[in-house]
Formats: sequence, C-alpha cells, structure tokens
Amino acid sequence: MKPPPFDYAAPTTLDEAIGLLAEHAGAEARVLAGGQSLIPMMNFRLAKPGYLVDLRRVAGLAGIRREGDTLVIGAMTRMAEVERSPEVAVAAPLVTEAIGLVAHVPVRNSGTVGGSLAHADPAAELPAVVLALDAKLVAAGPGGTRTIPAGEFFTGPYGTALAPEEILTEVRLPVWPGGHAFTEFSRIHANFAVVAVAALVDADGDRIRRASVALAGVGPTPVRAHSAERALLGTSGDAETIRRAAQLAAADLSPAGDLHASAETRLTLAQVYLRRGLELAVSRARNER
Amino acid sequence: MTAISVTVNGRPHTAQVEPRRLLVDFLREDLGLVGTHIGCEHGVCGTCTVLLDGRSIRSCITLAVQADGAEISTVEGLADGAELHPLQDEFSEKQGLQCGYCTPGMLMRASEILAGNPDPSPAEVREAIASNLCRCTGYQFIVEAVLGAAERMRAEKETAS
Repeated sequence: MKPPPFDYAAPTTLDEAIGLLAEHAGAEARVLAGGQSLIPMMNFRLAKPGYLVDLRRVAGLAGIRREGDTLVIGAMTRMAEVERSPEVAVAAPLVTEAIGLVAHVPVRNSGTVGGSLAHADPAAELPAVVLALDAKLVAAGPGGTRTIPAGEFFTGPYGTALAPEEILTEVRLPVWPGGHAFTEFSRIHANFAVVAVAALVDADGDRIRRASVALAGVGPTPVRAHSAERALLGTSGDAETIRRAAQLAAADLSPAGDLHASAETRLTLAQVYLRRGLELAVSRARNER
Repeated sequence: MTAISVTVNGRPHTAQVEPRRLLVDFLREDLGLVGTHIGCEHGVCGTCTVLLDGRSIRSCITLAVQADGAEISTVEGLADGAELHPLQDEFSEKQGLQCGYCTPGMLMRASEILAGNPDPSPAEVREAIASNLCRCTGYQFIVEAVLGAAERMRAEKETAS
C-alpha cells in the first residue's frame, strides 16, 4: 500500500524542526529520520502522521566522534556508516557487532541510529546495546536540551521518554574496556530478533570486576539482567558460574508469547543466548589483557 | 506538492511531487522508468532496490522527497547503449532468473556488492544478496552469475590498465 497523505517539511536547523513539531502537534507530527520503520508502518496504515519533519537537512545531527572515554554518535548517522567506522569498532565493538544483525545492507544504508532508538521496537538490537552500555541519550526540545539515561529512555513497546516535540540528537556511549558480545536468535537471518543479548564483561586478572547485560525480545522494553551481573562479580566467569547467572537472569523475566515464539520458548532462548553471550564476552575480556 | 531535483542515471530531473509519493512510484509513474519493480511495498523483498548516491536502498520505503538532491541509479542505467553490463550478460548466460521479477533489484544490489568488493567469495555473495528474495531460482544461478560478472569485470579492468 501507499502512505496516507501528510504535509512535509525538511528544515535546516534543529530549532526550526522543534518549532514545526510543536506547531503541528495537532496533526500528530512525527520526525522522519531514515524512515526504515516509519514508512513501512505508514504503507500499512499502522501510522498516520499528518505532518512529517524530515531531519535529513538539519546540520550537525550526523557524525561519529570520540570525546575522551565517550563515543558520541549523532542521531542521523546511518547504520551502515556506524558499521564501517573503525572508530566505533575500537571504542564500542558491541555496537559494530549488533549493527551487523540489524536488517540488511540496503536498510542499514538508510536507517539511522537515532531512528532505531526512538522507534523503540522491543526486539530491536540497538536499544539493548545502549542499555547494556549505560549510554546517555541527548534530546532537544522547546526548553533546550536534556540528557536521558538509557535506563529511563524506553517506556514501553515503541514508547520512549521523548516528548512529542522533542528530537533525539545524539547518543553518548561510554567506552567499555573489557570484553563484549552480541548474540541473538532470529528465525531468518536479518529479521528482528526473537531474543537478543548484549553482554559486557570487564576482568581484573582472573576476577570479573564489572558486568553489564541487557536483553531484547523478552518484555515490552529491553531489560537489564542485574541478577546475572551480580552472579558474575568476583568470579572467574567459569562455565558453571555463567550457567547459574543465565538461570538467575531468566528467572527474573516474564516474556509474553506472541506469533513469533511462546513465552516458554523465549525463556529458554534467553537462557541459552545469555550463556553464549557471557561465554564469548568473558573469553574476549581475558584476551583483552 | 514539494519540488525535488534528482539525477537519475545521469539525467537531471526536477518535479513537483506529493510528499507521500514513494520513490519507486516516482521512478515508474512520473519518470516512466518501469524497470524498477514493486513487490512487497514494505521493505522486505528487495525487488525495488536502486542506488542512491551509490548505496543500495529500498525505493518502496523511501519517499521521493527524501531523494531530493541525490543521484539515483536504476536498472535502466546499467547497459551502455545496446551493450549489456557484465552483470546483465552473466544473469542471461547463467540463467540467473526465471520469471525475472526480482532481477532489477538483484542487479542493482549486485552492482553495489561488486563496487565494494571486486572479488567476493561465493559465501560473501550469498550473504550480500540475502537482502533480496527470489522465488524461482533457488539462488544458485544468481550467485554464479554475480561471481561470473565479478571475474569478467576484473579481467576488463586489467586489460584497461
């Protein structure tokens, strides 16, 4: 099908874009980033915004830069650009690994990092990544800019802490010094994950001193697996500890079943992929030294 | 209506389009370039694949207004006059199609693959064309056609230099 009619603007400044969102709030104005989720939804008539504010001409929203221990990715940076970036591969290899699993190249050529985060699909890869990394999301609105911790950004399926007239401008990712892993189960390569796991482990000698784990596909938003993180601390990350950590984390989850997988299947997958992700992250953390 | 300027296969066009006009419909209906096919209309099948500034995109989930200022390449731009592009020739030689519905998208995706990697392995070609669906061939002959074209294009480049 074709998208329903809407009015359109492609402003060149952030202030203009925010102004247009506020001005056309009554028409349910929405931001257009790469459009790789929004336009299919409009083709299906699942979304019917009366006004689209296209961000592609707004200066300063795309780009990748390092600020000390933080990697900053502009919201309008195309996924493919992030995937190819040597700077991202060094500072945030978890992002590189996860993006390789986001749809196919033609979608990553258009789709943006900010678009994926603001769309907040509960099975998407990047929301789990920013949650595991404790990233900060920067939003600009009529009252200025504010920083939202990833843990407070996702509020429900396709729901975020962004106000209707706010625009996500960049994501600030702390550089993780240890090992990482992004693993997922999907029925067909490049489909949305049924269950995905983002795992980060940092070791001091043989002892794990920090762990951060997030899952997608097991709830209305991506979730942190705090009990798995705690179970790993101070251990060597041996197979038995990882198995128990995965079990503990799965016990905290209550996924809903849908046409892609039953709740039971998701729980089993969560345990299996938690185990695989943690094993890979631990072994990479060891090789890091 | 919104004014857009695009270059398609080297030719500049300016037009007034409805914002909701999909790029694939702009190409087919407004410019008459019906080589680009419409399949699923939600970004899954890949037959509408064209190149935008050299990168493959799904023209069924891209608005024409988003392409304002861009250079677009479609399947019509592959051949050099009456001479087929090596990819087209190899798809014909190796029977990389049956019904032909997926072919324009396959060709454009393959041209992007070979621009970035002139000597891909069979596994790399399979991974790369996973973005495009074919319901006839089982992909075997498509992979052979892309590999055959890669070989010919490398040989042609060597002769030229």
